[in-house]
Amino acid sequence: MNLINFLQTNFSELLSYTFQHLFLAVVSTLIGCAIGIPTGILLTRRPHLSKPILGIANVVQTIPSPALLGVLVPLPFLGGIGPRSAIVALSLYSLLPLIRSTYAGINGIDRAVIEAGRGMGMNDRQLLTQVQLPLAAGVIFAGIRVAMVLSIGIATVAALTGAGGLGMYIFRGISMLDNTLILAGAIPSAILALLADGVLGLIQKKLTHISK
Amino acid sequence: MADTVRFDNVACRVQNGELVHDLSFSVNEGETLVLLGRSGSGKTTTLKLVNRLLDATSGQVVVEGRAVSDWDPIELRRRIGYVIQEIGLFPHFTIRRNVSLVPSLLNWQSTRIEERYREVMKLVDLDPSAFADRYPSELSGGQRQRIGVARALAANPPLLLMDEPFGALDPITRSDLQMQFRALQQTLKKTVVFVTHDVSEAFLLGDRIGVMEAGSLMELDSRKKMMNSNHPLIHSFRNSVEGFLKQNESD
Repeated sequence: MNLINFLQTNFSELLSYTFQHLFLAVVSTLIGCAIGIPTGILLTRRPHLSKPILGIANVVQTIPSPALLGVLVPLPFLGGIGPRSAIVALSLYSLLPLIRSTYAGINGIDRAVIEAGRGMGMNDRQLLTQVQLPLAAGVIFAGIRVAMVLSIGIATVAALTGAGGLGMYIFRGISMLDNTLILAGAIPSAILALLADGVLGLIQKKLTHISK
Repeated sequence: MADTVRFDNVACRVQNGELVHDLSFSVNEGETLVLLGRSGSGKTTTLKLVNRLLDATSGQVVVEGRAVSDWDPIELRRRIGYVIQEIGLFPHFTIRRNVSLVPSLLNWQSTRIEERYREVMKLVDLDPSAFADRYPSELSGGQRQRIGVARALAANPPLLLMDEPFGALDPITRSDLQMQFRALQQTLKKTVVFVTHDVSEAFLLGDRIGVMEAGSLMELDSRKKMMNSNHPLIHSFRNSVEGFLKQNESD
């Protein structure tokens, strides 16, 4: 097989592309968490903001990724050629699943439990850290899982703006009409997505079990 | 006798109407006051006005001689035991942690918390060691409700608010818990405001009984005097009891 031959001879390059790919996805999911989870928490306390903010996150989600990257590249500070604009774009894409799962996870907690906590004299911070976040952890983690898998998928496009990753093979293959090269990028990125999904799924199951 | 809770002309309005209005009554230290009424009559609202889960829009509620608006709500709630019908135990906390919630919020020392945990579990007739590390989902409804009462008693609050605490239980467990609560109350002498829609429960547990209807307090008197009340709720209850007694005599 051509493909196996190719991967064997270019193993170290494959490894470095895979690493770049994972780096893009992980960093942007983490940034997405840092922004999305607090935003989700905020929405549970200011419900009137939920419509506009979820709306904006929804709109971002519908922008095609090459277009979003194209818009970002000329921007100062956020954009440019290289991983930065890719990370900004991927972070933006991961916001919707993270905000929505945090919001839904916290709002889905039994009202009586929250009422009891408040009635026992928990302040907002105690209620959040001891009750709401632990009980919503399973749902929030499901959002992290979706964001991660989404990022791994979209990260292939990041090669367009010089961010590297497995998309390099795919775009090189497309421009050279070389199917082997395309598959050399596509198959490992698919495996990466499946692996991430599986591992995060296991963790999620554990979290959901605890919160039950 | 000092009043632990006093309502002065209290009303609570929300956007789509008035939950309660013209509420004026007081709860004496050490007595059990039962608020009786159908659902939607404003009983639960009245309780929530005491621990500030709701705020009065006019008039004032006074707890221990101080208007609740002058209390820090967090501090106030930690001084008041609260039992709700859905119990609201934390599913991810062990029974020990659930019961010890308020003491740990009050930063008691861990030995004192543990000691108090054992005390209150014995009060509600549950084995402290056997339940300590179990989770609420492993318990029966009656056990969970006892845990709810134990949790409310944990920090030894002078005042207890109980919102249909036995409403969701089967009749036998319910009457067990009612009897147990009555016995407990005779030794602890807490000030209790107890909300129920069950007339027999009101007469079993209340020193005084108030009947609520459409957001206001219609009648409030001692249990003995309320026996002769002509309020439809009590009237029909009395009829059914008398009918029951007569039927038993003739059998």
